[in-house]
Amino acid sequence: MINQSDNVVKLNSINRRMFILATAKVVILGGIISRLFFLQIKENKKYLTLSDKNRIREWKLPPIRGDFKDYFGNTIAGNFEAYQLHIIPEQVENFRYTINRIKKILDLSDKEFQKIIKKQKEIKPWETLIVADNLSWKNFSKINNHLYDLNGVKPIISISRYYPYEENYTHILGYVSQANEKDILSSEIIKDKFVQGLKVGKIGLEKSFENSLIGDNSIERYEVNAYGRRINKLAFKSGDQGKTIRLTIDTEIQKLANQLLAGKAGSICVMDIFTGQVIAMHSSPSFDPNSFVFGISQDEWQLIRNNPMKPLVNKTLSGNYSPGSTIKPIVALSALENGIINTNFTVKCTGKTEMYGQTYHCWKKKGHGLVSLRNAMKQSCDSYFYEIARKLGVDKLSETAKKFGLGKEVFGDLFNIEKKGLIPNTQWKKNALGKGWLLGETIITGIGQGYIQTTPIQLCLMTAQIANGGHKIYPQIVVDDDKKDQPKDKYERLYKNYKNIKIVQDAMFGSTNEVMGTSYRSRINDPKYQFAGKTGTAQVKRITEKDRELDLKTFEIPYEERDHALYIAFGPYENPRYALSILVEHGGNGSTTAAPMAKELFKLIIDRHSLRESIYNKRYLEI
Amino acid sequence: MYQHTRLSNNSSGFFKKFKDFDYILLVCILLLGFISLATMYSTDGGKILFHTKSHFTKLIIFTLMMLAISFINIKFWFLTGYLFYILTVVLLWWTYLFGIKSSGSQRWIDLYFINLQPSELMKIFIILCLAKYFHRMKVENINSIYTILTSLIIIIVPMGLVIVQPDLGTSLLIAMSGIVVLWFAGINHKYFIYTILGFLISLPFMISFLKPYQKLRVLTFLNPDRDPLGAGYQIIQSKIAVGSGGIFGKGFLRGTQSYLEFLPEKHTDFIFTLFSEEFGFLGSVCLLAIYAVIIYRINAIGAISRSFFAKLFCYGFAAAIFIYIAINMSMVLGLLPIVGSPLPILSYGGSSMMATMIGFGVVMSAKVHSQQSIA
Repeated sequence: MINQSDNVVKLNSINRRMFILATAKVVILGGIISRLFFLQIKENKKYLTLSDKNRIREWKLPPIRGDFKDYFGNTIAGNFEAYQLHIIPEQVENFRYTINRIKKILDLSDKEFQKIIKKQKEIKPWETLIVADNLSWKNFSKINNHLYDLNGVKPIISISRYYPYEENYTHILGYVSQANEKDILSSEIIKDKFVQGLKVGKIGLEKSFENSLIGDNSIERYEVNAYGRRINKLAFKSGDQGKTIRLTIDTEIQKLANQLLAGKAGSICVMDIFTGQVIAMHSSPSFDPNSFVFGISQDEWQLIRNNPMKPLVNKTLSGNYSPGSTIKPIVALSALENGIINTNFTVKCTGKTEMYGQTYHCWKKKGHGLVSLRNAMKQSCDSYFYEIARKLGVDKLSETAKKFGLGKEVFGDLFNIEKKGLIPNTQWKKNALGKGWLLGETIITGIGQGYIQTTPIQLCLMTAQIANGGHKIYPQIVVDDDKKDQPKDKYERLYKNYKNIKIVQDAMFGSTNEVMGTSYRSRINDPKYQFAGKTGTAQVKRITEKDRELDLKTFEIPYEERDHALYIAFGPYENPRYALSILVEHGGNGSTTAAPMAKELFKLIIDRHSLRESIYNKRYLEI
Repeated sequence: MYQHTRLSNNSSGFFKKFKDFDYILLVCILLLGFISLATMYSTDGGKILFHTKSHFTKLIIFTLMMLAISFINIKFWFLTGYLFYILTVVLLWWTYLFGIKSSGSQRWIDLYFINLQPSELMKIFIILCLAKYFHRMKVENINSIYTILTSLIIIIVPMGLVIVQPDLGTSLLIAMSGIVVLWFAGINHKYFIYTILGFLISLPFMISFLKPYQKLRVLTFLNPDRDPLGAGYQIIQSKIAVGSGGIFGKGFLRGTQSYLEFLPEKHTDFIFTLFSEEFGFLGSVCLLAIYAVIIYRINAIGAISRSFFAKLFCYGFAAAIFIYIAINMSMVLGLLPIVGSPLPILSYGGSSMMATMIGFGVVMSAKVHSQQSIA
């Protein structure tokens, strides 16, 4: 009986407790279901996004860089197909064997081989290892022939920069090379578009126009697993090529400039005197920019770097030279404009002038006798210019020189390497050197020596502005089709009296086309090509009395001590259109070295003028 | 009346027993087995690989084992209740001494054909043991100090042996399985309330005894984003998988989280995550419904069982199954810190499945022999 009642009590208890627990179970189950509801229905979108974020990853491909064209539409910097060899290490059964096979086939040096091995250790096994980035067609086909033996090796045709005119455009365009940390940190756009193997402009216009040239990345979308391995390709979005940039340069004239300066150090630039378009701009010696695209070899780099003619320097823009006698048109113009002299003013040249206890020599020992302005320019009489510089004063001279574009960057901030040159005045000397200006310094400034320094492009601009009748122009090297931001003061008059410009032009005509003119031997009589110019010979080192006595010929002087030869000119004289400046470093004498180049150049420039015009007119017809 | 039943029971043979099976329970278990196979196939990436094959073999063996157990008289389980418990304690001791070490813990015994995890078996045998202990207990003795101490020792000994493996999760599950039986047995509510209060009060102190990785799990649970790629990775990825499943799921074999290997432990503790990602909210609710039916049927069998032992076992086992499911799901859904606890039948693992199937077998035996009274 006790047992029986015991059982009843126990049964009651267990059933009651069962019920309590069952209730608890239902509550907990409800909790779990509501949690599922919350995650899967209410927050579904959020988790779907997160899940896609997990599994979808995008890969950027290098963008295709925009081209550079010359004025006539020829590609001067383009893209070509580079043959490359890629390996994904994990897809290769026996990496050591394969890489050794490749070494044998491509005949790689031990150094190159070690570099590849080192790179392979740095990357993840499923990442692409670039074994060679620019194979020759011969090696590329060799690899293709051995593919049966090279599992996991991928011959790839990739796109890379190419400069078809090699050294002709190096100093204008610059070159591209692998983007480094500095490039990435200095530009948000490069940072945004950076991928392994991206090449960016290092100098020149390639660097200046980086942002418009670079283009958009193509994007490959892959599904990846938790370890980042690509499982399958979901989408491909191709990016746009960078903008094409058309230059004002005429490749034929550019090539001629390169030929003329072959083996010499110097610069040639040619400019349209009305539009300011730069027709040619070359600095010699140059180098092949293609060498830099895939990284230049140490030997080749040393060769370029240590060349005494300094191929790395763009002499047109960043070479500061004494202008020598090429400054004389400005000195004459300044004196005329300021009413210091008129055309009848004469100076008697005896070969040397004593002033303030110093002797100033004319280049002609015997002297030119009694010379007027026209004759002084024609024969480049130094004594005459000593005298008018003395009367004019350096401050007035510097004012005129600056007006005509000397002493400041011609292209603004387009080229970061461009130098300002130096047009001194009394204020400048006080500020920069803390000393008072000496009159003797004014005198030598009058023949373009002393503190005064100009770049070849400045001389070209100066000549162009004299040639176009004294109007301000803005040189341009990139064709600006929309012509939106025209400076207000374009074509502004730079003179007080137009007659003065004419006088200087006429004097320069005499210098080239009349007997006794310094560049008479380089003249062209055909009025179609006839040009007017001014020679210049800039001393590199002070001429001592001993030097004067020796009176050595150019080839007898050591190279570094020879004078720079300069020449500025414009033509055709009857109806001027083009101006140029030529500089040959240590070329000896302006009239013998630089002026003959102008003759060659003008022939080609004028011949190509109608072609250039037709392109210009066509543009308007199309509109 | 009892006499009559017993007689008719004795006269019944094999077919009578077969007829008395709980077919709803059986169908649910087989359904669960089928789902588990499909899920395992999905974890193998839609191919029949190691896990699928192994899981299939185990499923067949242990289902047959369950059926075999169903035919054994419930009396046998009553008689051997202590024996299996003691045997498992010995195995746990053996594990402690000679077990196989794997990823920092020593949980398995190498039996040549199978690596046995005795702690999983203990989850069942502790219920069996305590059910037997309380079967004949007089009401006045149930709350005596002696009884309580004895039953606590029964729980604490295996718990301790599992904690040292170390396997906190399983030891807690063993303890909970035991405690739930004590509760059904009729131990006074106040003891449970005091224990829970005491536990809550001592919680801060206990946390200081946790191993660093366990502390990390608690901290991660409280804020999974504190280390999303380290400790919080599992739970974040698990929630992403479940959440991205939506109402209908991504479809069978299309769970990106598992295919692309973002899900950790997808064969074992996190298998529900994969299921839920592929079959969505509806699938998950259906799965829960199957579990609910199973638990309901076990309780129903307990209710019709004549013997107190069978009742205690069924209720206890049903509660234990519920706890495993609740803890596993709460864990993968980010409601509880991560503790190792498999989802019954679905998770890969022989010992766990064996223990669950033994449990189902005993329950089925209780159904078949429901009118059996135990002396």
